[in-house]
Amino acid sequence: MTETKDDLNRKLTPKERLAIERQQMPQRDGAERARDFNEVNLGLAEKIAIREAKRCLQCKNAKCIEGCPVNIDIPAFITKISEGDFLGAAAVIRKDNNLPAVTGRVCPQEVQCECRCLRCKSDSPVAIGWLERFVADYEMKHRTGKLEVTAAKTGKKVACIGSGPAGITCAGELAKMGHDVTIFEAFHKAGGVLVYGIPEFRLPKAIVQREIDNLQELGVKIETNVIVGRTLTIPQLFEEEGFDAVFIANGAGLPTFMNVPGENFKGVYSANEYLTRVNLMGAYQFPKFDTPVIKGNRVCVVGGGNTAMDAVRTSKRLGAAESTIVYRRALEQMPARVEEVHHAQEEGIRFEMLTAPVEVLGNGDGWVKGLRCIRMELGEPDESGRRRPVPVKGSEFNIECDLVIVAIGINANPLLTQATPGLKVNKWGYIEADENLMTSLPGVFAGGDIVRGAATVILAMGDGKTAARNIDKYLAGK
Amino acid sequence: MYQVVDKQTIGPNLTQYEIMAPRIARARKCGQFVIVRPFAHSERIPLTVADTNPGKGTITLIVQTVGKTTLEMSQIEKGGAFQDVAGPLGMPSHIEKFGTVVVIGGGLGTAVIYPQAIALKEVGNKIVTIIGARTKDLLIMQDLLAKLSDQLIMTTDDGSSGKKGLVTHALQELIDDPNSRVDAVYCAGPVIMMKAVAQVTKPHNIPTIVSLNPVMVDGTGMCGGCRVTVGGKTKFACVDGPEFDGHQVDYDELMDRLTTYKPQEKNSLDQFKSHTCKCGRH
Repeated sequence: MTETKDDLNRKLTPKERLAIERQQMPQRDGAERARDFNEVNLGLAEKIAIREAKRCLQCKNAKCIEGCPVNIDIPAFITKISEGDFLGAAAVIRKDNNLPAVTGRVCPQEVQCECRCLRCKSDSPVAIGWLERFVADYEMKHRTGKLEVTAAKTGKKVACIGSGPAGITCAGELAKMGHDVTIFEAFHKAGGVLVYGIPEFRLPKAIVQREIDNLQELGVKIETNVIVGRTLTIPQLFEEEGFDAVFIANGAGLPTFMNVPGENFKGVYSANEYLTRVNLMGAYQFPKFDTPVIKGNRVCVVGGGNTAMDAVRTSKRLGAAESTIVYRRALEQMPARVEEVHHAQEEGIRFEMLTAPVEVLGNGDGWVKGLRCIRMELGEPDESGRRRPVPVKGSEFNIECDLVIVAIGINANPLLTQATPGLKVNKWGYIEADENLMTSLPGVFAGGDIVRGAATVILAMGDGKTAARNIDKYLAGK
Repeated sequence: MYQVVDKQTIGPNLTQYEIMAPRIARARKCGQFVIVRPFAHSERIPLTVADTNPGKGTITLIVQTVGKTTLEMSQIEKGGAFQDVAGPLGMPSHIEKFGTVVVIGGGLGTAVIYPQAIALKEVGNKIVTIIGARTKDLLIMQDLLAKLSDQLIMTTDDGSSGKKGLVTHALQELIDDPNSRVDAVYCAGPVIMMKAVAQVTKPHNIPTIVSLNPVMVDGTGMCGGCRVTVGGKTKFACVDGPEFDGHQVDYDELMDRLTTYKPQEKNSLDQFKSHTCKCGRH
């Protein structure tokens, strides 16, 4: 299909818009990319982005906006793209989303904005996520001038605990409102799950670093190696460090294990440990970096979420001959992003669906040699509305493997909550917060996974934004 | 960066660092540890805080050179700095008045039991300290412990100092001595030693607290690498410990898990030794 410049610039009729098919995201070949850590998706070219943008029907009552946890004005930024005004598009997104280069890559668009797109009914939705990513990457390359805070300084000090998506978002918003913001991060590097959890091939660390740099440009201070609850307590932040409000966004924390025999054999990791070793500690470059990781030749990853996909695809990149997802429900029920599942399939990942581990088998020398599993079938729907997996009697079988990675979820980390008298938590240990995200302690707000349990980057960012707005209100009333 | 205020060699491959870390110095309680990353390319390694000086803002760490990270770390001199120090981590020691407490340190474990001995003494316990090592040069903190303890017993495998034999022999003698009391035992050192100590105290139902040293990454409960089986249940040493009931710990599993990275550790150390200062990082 060839187009002249005039074709591209002309305003299209709805019929003409409908005639354009969804554009394809250029991506690296599955076999090639499964051997390195470079990014899988290559990003849209300008012309392709404009063509994709022209598919948008510009609905008056745009449902896509409702589907977005931070309510980005999606039709408006897509219009700007279709006009070739990419920085203008970025400005529209930035009003509601500080991390478009991140969300454009990791949001589950198919259950948020894109599934509400009117075009789902006729062909396929506008590729909102890819367009967001395109705009963000363009902005990074072409933005001139520094970020500035235009609001007058308020003289109020706010502490954000945790530098993941919720903490970063909240800090950025508060800084723009003129507050004096400090982020406390427990690790030696800022970024939270964006640096220790999500691998380079899905979210390049340079992009996260850019967002952290942006924050510092806005005047946000970042103190690493501070574990609030241990190094400092919340009462100390108020009484000794002079903070006027606190936002807790320290993430969910403790990995869940399967609670089956053999789980402490050498060669069984939580996904948290495996991914932290590889992503944050650079174990894939051992011994240039000192942290080692067991690479595994035949690897089983237990779980069906994004973390499981990240772990299994990482294992392939570290040289595994065979990497398998073991999941107790069916493929369609996996909570992972559809794109990650596709990418995993293209990279040669095996999927053992309706399969649950019952025991980790040892080789007699303390190392894993296999995973004993049982087949499941789908029974009646459970409280989540999904059909409950039920074991099939007598269907046990073994999968030979030398590495098992457990990615079945996380529990609330008690470090901070235990050290904070009066902070209410629910029966699972997650912090209780009201609709303004204020906790039981005045001036202490909380959001992200430590309130929700394991959720997504964008929901955490939404919390960061909500908290910032309410912290600002709270400080104004003080 | 965390400045090295003072550095002393206290034995073969044993170095004592005083590090500027005011917040940690103020918050730290007996039994807690820090995670240190000496350089930007380093592992995160857990180290017990042997002592603090909150007024000065410093903490004391004792490090045994055993692998690449600790060897490279030993090249950081007074006036230099560690890349990262995070903490204090872990639960503080359980300290109560038992009566007579035997504190047992094996090798570097002595740095762990020293602050415990101080805290136990403060609440009114009589302190009998047993420290043991392979040989005389590896015994550490004798002077400090001699001053602090009501009785100090030293053992060496080769008899070069104190009694010839193991700490367990000295402990057994105390238990068997009708004129001595042993109301509780605190113990830190090689896993095999802690296991042996727990076996000695078990028949007498003497409360025995051991301090475990599994592999860790973050030290905040996030990775689960430090999991140990205690009383048949999985515990995370970094947040539930590092101290546990010595009679409940699965020592064999812990010893086995500690060998996980042996080949990588050896490879890393060999490479480092063979081209120290040629890799462009120094």
